Amino acid sequence: MLSPWFLCRNEDLKEMLESNKESLKLEAMKRIVGLIAKGKNASELFPAVVKNVASKNIELKKLVYVYLVRYAEEQQDLALLSISTFQRALKDPNQLIRASALRVLSSIRVPIIVPIMMLAIKEAATDLSPYVRKTAAHAIQKLYSLDPDQKEHLIEVIEKLLKDKSTLVAGSVVMAFEEVCPDRIDLIHKNYRKLCNLLVDVEEWGQVVIIHMLTRYARTQFVSPWREDAVFDENSAKAFYDSEEERRVDQSKPYIMDPDHRLLLRNTKPLLQSRNTAVVMAVSQLYWHLAPKHELSIITKSLVRLLRSHREVQYIVLQNIATMSIQRKGMFEPFMKSFYVRSTDATHIKTLKLEILTNLANEANISTILREFQTYVKSQDKAFAAATIQAIGCCATNISEVTDTCLNGLVLLLSNRDETVVAESVVVIKKLLQTQPSQHSDIIKHMAKLFDNITVPMARASILWLMGEYCEHVPKIAPDVLRKMAKTFTDEEDIVKLQIVNLAAKLYLTNSKQTKLLTQYILNLGKYDQNYDIRDRTRFIRQLIVPNEKSGALSKYARRILMAPKPAPVLQSAFKDRDRFQLGTLSHTLNSQASGYLELSDWPAVAPDQSVRNVEVVEPVRLPCIYLVFKDNVKNFDAVSWPVCVSLQASSPVFVPETSHELLHRMTGKGLSAQYRFTRQPCIYGNSMVSLQLTLSNSTDQALENIHISEKSSTGQNIHRFNAIERLEPQASVTVSMGVDFNDSTQAANFQLCTKEDEFSVSIQPAVGELLLPITMSEADFTKEQGKLVGMNESSATITMTPENVSSQSVNRKVVSVANLGVIPSGQENIYRFSGKTVSSGSLVLVSVVLKDPDAVITINTEKTVMGSMLLRQVKTALTNSGP
Amino acid sequence: MIHSLFLISNAGDLFLEKHWKSVISRSVCDYFFEAREKAVEPDNVPPVIRTPHHYLINIYREKIFFVSVIQTEVPPLFVIEFLHRVAETFQDYFGECSETTIKDNVVIVYELLEEMLDNGFPLATESNILKELIRPPTILRSMVNTITGSSNVGETLPTGQLSTIPWRRAGVKYTNNEAYFDVVEEIDAILDKSGTTVFAEIQGVIDACVKLSGMPDLTLSFMNPRLLDDVSFHPCVRYKRWESERVIAFIPPDGNFQLMSYHISAQNLVAIPVYVKQNISFFETGSSGRLDITVGPKQTMGKTLECLVVTVHMPKVVLSANLSATQGTYNYDPVTKILVWDIGKLNPQKLPNLKGSLSLQSGAPKPEENPSLNIDLKIQQLAISGLKVNRLDVYGEKYKPFKGVKYVTKAGKFQFHSPYWTIYGPRRVAAWQPPSSARSPSRRLSAPGTPHLSPLGVEVSGEEPLPLGGAVWEEPDHH
Repeated sequence: MLSPWFLCRNEDLKEMLESNKESLKLEAMKRIVGLIAKGKNASELFPAVVKNVASKNIELKKLVYVYLVRYAEEQQDLALLSISTFQRALKDPNQLIRASALRVLSSIRVPIIVPIMMLAIKEAATDLSPYVRKTAAHAIQKLYSLDPDQKEHLIEVIEKLLKDKSTLVAGSVVMAFEEVCPDRIDLIHKNYRKLCNLLVDVEEWGQVVIIHMLTRYARTQFVSPWREDAVFDENSAKAFYDSEEERRVDQSKPYIMDPDHRLLLRNTKPLLQSRNTAVVMAVSQLYWHLAPKHELSIITKSLVRLLRSHREVQYIVLQNIATMSIQRKGMFEPFMKSFYVRSTDATHIKTLKLEILTNLANEANISTILREFQTYVKSQDKAFAAATIQAIGCCATNISEVTDTCLNGLVLLLSNRDETVVAESVVVIKKLLQTQPSQHSDIIKHMAKLFDNITVPMARASILWLMGEYCEHVPKIAPDVLRKMAKTFTDEEDIVKLQIVNLAAKLYLTNSKQTKLLTQYILNLGKYDQNYDIRDRTRFIRQLIVPNEKSGALSKYARRILMAPKPAPVLQSAFKDRDRFQLGTLSHTLNSQASGYLELSDWPAVAPDQSVRNVEVVEPVRLPCIYLVFKDNVKNFDAVSWPVCVSLQASSPVFVPETSHELLHRMTGKGLSAQYRFTRQPCIYGNSMVSLQLTLSNSTDQALENIHISEKSSTGQNIHRFNAIERLEPQASVTVSMGVDFNDSTQAANFQLCTKEDEFSVSIQPAVGELLLPITMSEADFTKEQGKLVGMNESSATITMTPENVSSQSVNRKVVSVANLGVIPSGQENIYRFSGKTVSSGSLVLVSVVLKDPDAVITINTEKTVMGSMLLRQVKTALTNSGP
Repeated sequence: MIHSLFLISNAGDLFLEKHWKSVISRSVCDYFFEAREKAVEPDNVPPVIRTPHHYLINIYREKIFFVSVIQTEVPPLFVIEFLHRVAETFQDYFGECSETTIKDNVVIVYELLEEMLDNGFPLATESNILKELIRPPTILRSMVNTITGSSNVGETLPTGQLSTIPWRRAGVKYTNNEAYFDVVEEIDAILDKSGTTVFAEIQGVIDACVKLSGMPDLTLSFMNPRLLDDVSFHPCVRYKRWESERVIAFIPPDGNFQLMSYHISAQNLVAIPVYVKQNISFFETGSSGRLDITVGPKQTMGKTLECLVVTVHMPKVVLSANLSATQGTYNYDPVTKILVWDIGKLNPQKLPNLKGSLSLQSGAPKPEENPSLNIDLKIQQLAISGLKVNRLDVYGEKYKPFKGVKYVTKAGKFQFHSPYWTIYGPRRVAAWQPPSSARSPSRRLSAPGTPHLSPLGVEVSGEEPLPLGGAVWEEPDHH
């Protein structure tokens, strides 16, 4: 095949890439991608390609990305040239560009950039765009596979992303969780209910992953619903939420399903209607592993529906049905006809359907099934016909009523024209006869009669074995058969030869008069056989049955050894032991554990604490995106550790507390309740204002109208009011934002919150830390400014640190949670510095904490001395208190 | 999850590879080729293949094997479903999914694969979103692109990607707002010689073509929703509304999509629109046979049967057919052994008939089983289940769209079985006795009721071996 790509040489491509024309570059990249797609090596072009990574043309850029990801691992040094471009793109206002930069950056498998990736992921995890956060979740897995040592840090990010309420992120972060830390089931507790509730809206692929994870989770957290005395009251869920008292389930009481367990089952059920077969299968396995037995039947119909999908889907679904049908015939029996084999089915599908039909067979339907099997025996596909005969054998052993019928049917098959059918029948008959030999001497005779016409070695061997085993039932025929075998011994297959020797030995013991010479002849033939197995066997048999002085005590027991009653073989399904694997998994399909398979645990005997899943309802907080500015070169990144933010751009808060404070209780507010929270963002209503978020909820049963803040302000503060809310429906809540100028004082702001009918006086008392905005500066600037603010502008205190607060992370966290300050990177390990300015006047506030084991000195420098001393008090309490 | 993807043609040519994690050598496909060889038919290749270090999950579609490489535990259906989605996306973009079109559009294919998976996990699989990211090729666009140097790649994140309705893009605008629905039903049935239904069910789908501006919220209701037994929906449909009210409420994707599929399995509900009188027999001697087929209407609800085609898979020994048809044309392919009789429209006044002789390979034994007939047909303006759309309401937008519903019934796997033993006739143990077996020594003696002696002098019974009654081993009825 002559494609133009074959004709262009690397030099031409290089030239094109270095030209000024975008179109030529693009054409070259397209050809290169064509080469990659074919699996041709295009790594030589790396330097020429990587130059175009910053191209303005977005298609060209994307193709360069494709190339980079493919070859970066091979050309690590050159790949580093492109990193800065991605770092820049990570700050692009366009979320698609941010996301794709992160995708490529994290796909470049170069170990040296691990710290950069780590930082980028941490940032992206707090991006405003859920799409970028989704990409971050994907990047977690990439980084983990590149450097497993990052596990601890990555778990932190996963923990954060698991809290995300966006449906877009949920699937991806659970995927990351499954890959990085599937054993950290504790991370799921708080998010369990949220995941259950989001599930319907998550995209299909995410649903599959979440459902599998929740299956595992549920098996560790709930007690088994598979009990006789179980009570499955849907209403128990309500009772749980209504009162705490009801939750204490009396031990003597019958089983009551945990409402969370019920929640999972209820929320996954509609997904059985999904068009995505993987989702339907995932829900089915969830029900199989978690639902009470009597609720299982709802998955049957959906699974049967999947059988109309593609061949490959059928294959997997049938495998799972095969496993299910062993344990619970009843589930699929009404749909038996759906498992009838069609002539157009692929062989593996046919065999699976056969398996299922065999599993479904019982006294009531066996006649229908056998009639169906009869037609299969005539199939053109002889391998399938043989499998059918095996299946008939299975039915015959499992259902004793039809054993004789099947046996006779099989005997009739012995005269079939087809070799394989006959051979298979013989083998199956042999197994069946072993279960009840005495009544069937006529069948053995019949087989003996057919013996001459059967050529398949396995079948011949089987008949010979039968002859020997039951030679007492056919005393006349057996020696005759042996006679014929003696003639053809040398032409037989090894497996047949072994059975001839066997038969000879048995006959010698039971009927030595007639067969003594024949046996000796055969043993002599065997003695000089080419195959050592046969020579071996012959020698052994001779010693055993023909006693001489050398043979020991064993020959006395020859009869008991050879003629011992043998246990009948058990014909059982190949799917018998597959239920040790979770259904729907690759391991189940392969019937062996695939790498990365996560074991499904057994139900706990006693349910673990249920309250771990309780969550306080808090308004979601969207952390603003924080863009890092890299001033230093790449190598210094190792030193950077989270959450010490590197030189932050001014005015991005390091930490936003999620706690809200009560403004108006619903009892005093006649059903209207209000809570406020400091967002720590610069206020958009005025530079000197502190920005607040107000959540108003209506707990009455009527709508509240015209909620607003009255014009007259009792104190002097300047307040930016939120726009009046025209109508608040019962049980609804709304979040609005407002701004208050506190004039750098902690004096409370008092105002009237009004509805159409009522007025309520409320007040907001700010903590001193909320009256600040973070700023950033270099370490040198900090010391310089600090030098200016001494004397009465400086307040300090010495405290004894609790040991758990000594780490850099906890000091940083404690301080920024108390006050809205920026963190300044410190060159010394024991000194922490923070800076901010007051909101109203913009006065500088500098905080430094110097650790002198076990003491610490806190120093605060600011013109606003009152604020300084208040802040000092708060920082002091924060650092001396243990706990988060 | 999905590590790499290889596309392999039916001829065994590996023509595309794509890796989402580190590169895996294409030599891993050798295990696939091995399995492919062993399977003989492409359909028989096992979908999951184990190799020492990887697992290969493959699908076969449009004469292409999509082979994906997996390293760790993953639900196999997840991968299979995704691979089918990839094939469907190609079909959607290029009109067909074939080796040639993929090779011709290799750059777009690569860009698509890049968007569809990130690190092996599906990222964007909705065709609406993909089309905003990467525009499908058209002749006009490729010409414009060559001249102006503009690209096929979207520069902003598709709006759908962020919303909870990822299947729809924002800012859709049409001058004519229209919504059309096609109710397409297929009958899967097996009928025995007497025309009795052995097995019948209806597979239905509702395909939609919705071109509406803005964010319309549609509600589709049926006259008889109780008919629908088992349904599956496009993700846009709200499950809860269906469960509580039996209406289909959804914000539609833009353009063509499959709204739902359903299944009606209760046999008494399935009307069989056609009957076949057939007689195919092979003579014991003279290596020839006769064929006589007549097709007539049954329960058609007053509609005309169209596009009627009868297909017969003849036994291997049939060399040629000399037939005459009163209507339509027939064709016998001696290589594939398939007889196709294209009838066309069915005229109830004058029933079409195909009649004539078959010649068999001389000396070969008479075929063991008679062929079964497959029927293909189409009935316009009728959903055979009787399903009827009641109304379509549009909420959220002010315009009045054009609305339309079309019904079509087709034959799916529609088989008429002929009995196995036309000459011997049904008989109690007949099914277990091949009519001619050169090897069986008991054959000539096996007439029922006559005990006979085998050469070894053992008594073998031709009767009596049926303690549980003939019910079990009696004549096969539906084949």
